[in-house]
Amino acid sequence: MPDWLIVRTFWDLTVTGLALGSIYALVALGYTLVYGVLRLINFAHSEIFMVGTFGALLASTQFLNVPLLENGNYPYRTGMTLIIFLVFIMLIAMLFSGVGAVVLERVAYRPLRGNGDSFGAIVLAFLTAFVVSLVFVDEAKINVIIALLGTAPISYAYLRYFKQGRQAPRLAFLISAIGASTAIAEAVGVWSKNGRDQYQTPRLLEKKTLFTMFGTDVRIDYVIVIVGALLMMTALTLFVNKTRLGRGVRAVAQDAETSRILGVNVDLIIIVTFALGGIMAGGAAMLFTLVYDQTRFNIGFILGVKSFTAAVLGGIGNLKGALLGGLLLGLVENYGSAIFGGQWKDVIAFTMLLIVLMFRPTGLLGESLGKARV
Amino acid sequence: MSQVTKVWTAFNGLFAGLGAQFRAMNKWQRYSVYGLGIIALYLLPYWPEVPVLGQIVNTPGSQFETVMNDQVIIFVLVALGLNVVVGIAGLLDLGYVGFYAVGAYVTAILTSAHGNLPWLLALPVAVIISMLFGVILGTPTLRLRGDYLAIVTLGFGEIIRLTAKNMDWLGASRGISNIAKPPSMFGLKFGVLDAKPYFYLGLTLVFIVIFILHRLEYSRVGRAWVAIREDEDAAELMGVNTFKFKLWAFTIGAGIGGLAGVHYAGKVGFINPDNFPLQLSILFLAAVVLGGSGNMYGAILGAILVAYMPERLRNFADKRVFVFGIVLVLMMVFRPEGILPKRVGNEHKKRKAKAQAGEVAS
Repeated sequence: MPDWLIVRTFWDLTVTGLALGSIYALVALGYTLVYGVLRLINFAHSEIFMVGTFGALLASTQFLNVPLLENGNYPYRTGMTLIIFLVFIMLIAMLFSGVGAVVLERVAYRPLRGNGDSFGAIVLAFLTAFVVSLVFVDEAKINVIIALLGTAPISYAYLRYFKQGRQAPRLAFLISAIGASTAIAEAVGVWSKNGRDQYQTPRLLEKKTLFTMFGTDVRIDYVIVIVGALLMMTALTLFVNKTRLGRGVRAVAQDAETSRILGVNVDLIIIVTFALGGIMAGGAAMLFTLVYDQTRFNIGFILGVKSFTAAVLGGIGNLKGALLGGLLLGLVENYGSAIFGGQWKDVIAFTMLLIVLMFRPTGLLGESLGKARV
Repeated sequence: MSQVTKVWTAFNGLFAGLGAQFRAMNKWQRYSVYGLGIIALYLLPYWPEVPVLGQIVNTPGSQFETVMNDQVIIFVLVALGLNVVVGIAGLLDLGYVGFYAVGAYVTAILTSAHGNLPWLLALPVAVIISMLFGVILGTPTLRLRGDYLAIVTLGFGEIIRLTAKNMDWLGASRGISNIAKPPSMFGLKFGVLDAKPYFYLGLTLVFIVIFILHRLEYSRVGRAWVAIREDEDAAELMGVNTFKFKLWAFTIGAGIGGLAGVHYAGKVGFINPDNFPLQLSILFLAAVVLGGSGNMYGAILGAILVAYMPERLRNFADKRVFVFGIVLVLMMVFRPEGILPKRVGNEHKKRKAKAQAGEVAS
C-alpha cells in the first residue's frame, strides 16, 4: 500500500470526520425542521448554535463554578460528577438555544407571517428604542433605561400595525433572518465580557483514548459526540413520528392551511419546531465545546453554512437526510483535506454539494418531512 | 384614527403630492428636473462644503468622496446587477460576491500579475469573463429551484474566494498589488489620493448600466424575467424558454458584478481574497431587498443606505453592525417589500395607456 497521508491516517480521519459530521448533522436538523415546516432558510440558526455554546460556557464557569485551570492543571472531573456536570451543561445549552430559537421566531419571523403578537411587538419596540437611543448616547445603562421607557408607546403602535395581518414575501423572511443573525452575533461581540475575543471553556473531560480500532486511538470525546448526537437524533425522530405534537409538525409541513382548518394550532406547531431545532443546536453546541474547548461570537457563521450545506446535501426537510448529509460532509471534508491539503477543505465540501445537486436536484434523500416516510 | 396613523398619512401625502406635481409637468420641465438631479449627483463630492447639507451628509472619520466611490458606487453597481438576478428574475443568489471578485481578479491579472494591459482594455475582458463565469455556474445549477440555488451560489462565492486564496498564480493570500489605474481622460487624472475622478467614472458607469437595464427591463427579455419570477411553470407553459432567460439574467447580473469589481480594482490598486468575504454577498442581497427588490431605483436606494449609513454612523463605533441587523429586521417587519416596492402586474402598460389617453385629451 502506498504511503499516502490519506491511507496512513484513514481511520483517524474517519473518526474525527464522523465526530465533526455529527455536529453538522445536529445543527442541520434545525435547518431542515424549519425548512420543512415553513419553507424558510432560517439563516439565524447558526447564531442559535453560538448562543448554545455560550450557554455551555456560562453553565460550566458560572453555575458550576469550574475554573479554567486548577493549580495549573485542567479541572478534570471523573465518575458520577463528570456525568452530572456534562448532562447539566448540555441541558443549560439546550435551554439557551431552545429559548433563543423561540424568541427569534416570535420576534423576527412571526410578525412577517402577518401574525405578530404582543411579545414580538414588545421586543421589537424595545430594540427600536434602544437603537434610536444609541444615536444620542452610548452608555449601555442609559440606553437600556431609555429603551425601557420607549417600549410601551412604541409597542402599542407596533401592535396596531400587526393587527393588519400583512403577509411578507418570502425573500423578506430571509433578510429578516440575516438581520437577526447579524444582530445576535454582534450583540454578543459587543456586550459580552471578552467582546470579540475567544473564550476558553473549562476542560472537564480528560481526553483519553477509549479504545483502539484499526490501529487508531479513538478518543473518548469523539465517542461521546457521535453517540450523543445519534441519541438526540433518535429522540427527535421518535418525537416527530410518535407523539401528538410530532404529528402536528408533519401535518403542518405537508400543508399548513389544511392542518389549520383541521384544527391544528399552527402557531404552536411552529414554536415547537423552532424549539426542537434550537434544542438540537444546543446539544450540538455543548458537544462542540466538549471537543474544541472554545467559543467566540462569530463561531456560528461558518458552521451554520456548513450545516446548511449538509441539510441540503441530504435533502432539506428530511430528518434522515440531515444525518446522512452531516456525516458525509464531515467525512468528505476530512478525507479531502488529507488528499488536497487543509486549505481546500471548504472548496471540496461545496464542490461535492454542486455535483450531488446536479444529479439529484433535491438532495440525496429528497424532501420529505411532510410525506409518510419520514 | 390614532394620532400616529394621522401623522403617517400626512407624511405619505407629502410625497404623493410631490409625485403628482412631477407627473403633471410637461416633458421639458421633467427633463430639466432630471438634468438638475444628474448635475447635483456629479457635484456630490462637494456636498460636504455646502453649509447645512454638508453637516448632515458628511462622514466623520473618513473622506466623503472616498466613501462615495469605494462604498456607495460599488454597492450601487452591484445592487443593480443583483437586482436583475434576484429582483427581476427571482433567482436567489447568495454568492454574488464571486462575480465581483472575478471582475477584480481578472483586472488584476491582466494589468499587473500576468500581463501589462491598460485598465481600459482589461475592463471589457473582465466583464466578459465574469459573464462566462455566470454561464459556467448557471448552466448546471439553474435547473435547481429557489433555496437549493441559494446554497449552491453561496458555495460558488466561497469557492472563488478560497481558490484565489490558495493559488499562488492568483497571488494567494498576499493578493495582487500595482493594479493599473484608469487612463487620464477629459482632464481627469486617476491618482492615488483623490477619489473624485473615480467617483465621476463610477457614476458614469452607473448611468450606463441603468440605461441598459432600463431598456432590458421593458423589453421582451424583461417581461420573460418577470414572468419567470411570478410563476415559473406558467411562464414555461406560455412558451417562455425559462432556462435560457434565467441564464441570461444570471449572465447579465454576473457581468455587472464583474464591472463593479473592475472599478474597485482600478481604484484601490491592490486586492486580496479578504476583500471578498461571504458576508459581503449577504450585505449585497440585504441592500437589494432593503431598497425594494425588483425595482431598480429601490435597489439603488438600498445600496446607498447599506453602504453609506455605517460610514455616517461612525459614532456608533463598534455597535453599527448590530444596529444594521436590527434595522434589517425592523424594515422587513414593517416594510417587507422594501423601501420602494416593485410595481406589480402590468403597471407599466397602464401607465403607457394613461399617457396615451392624456395625449388624446390634450
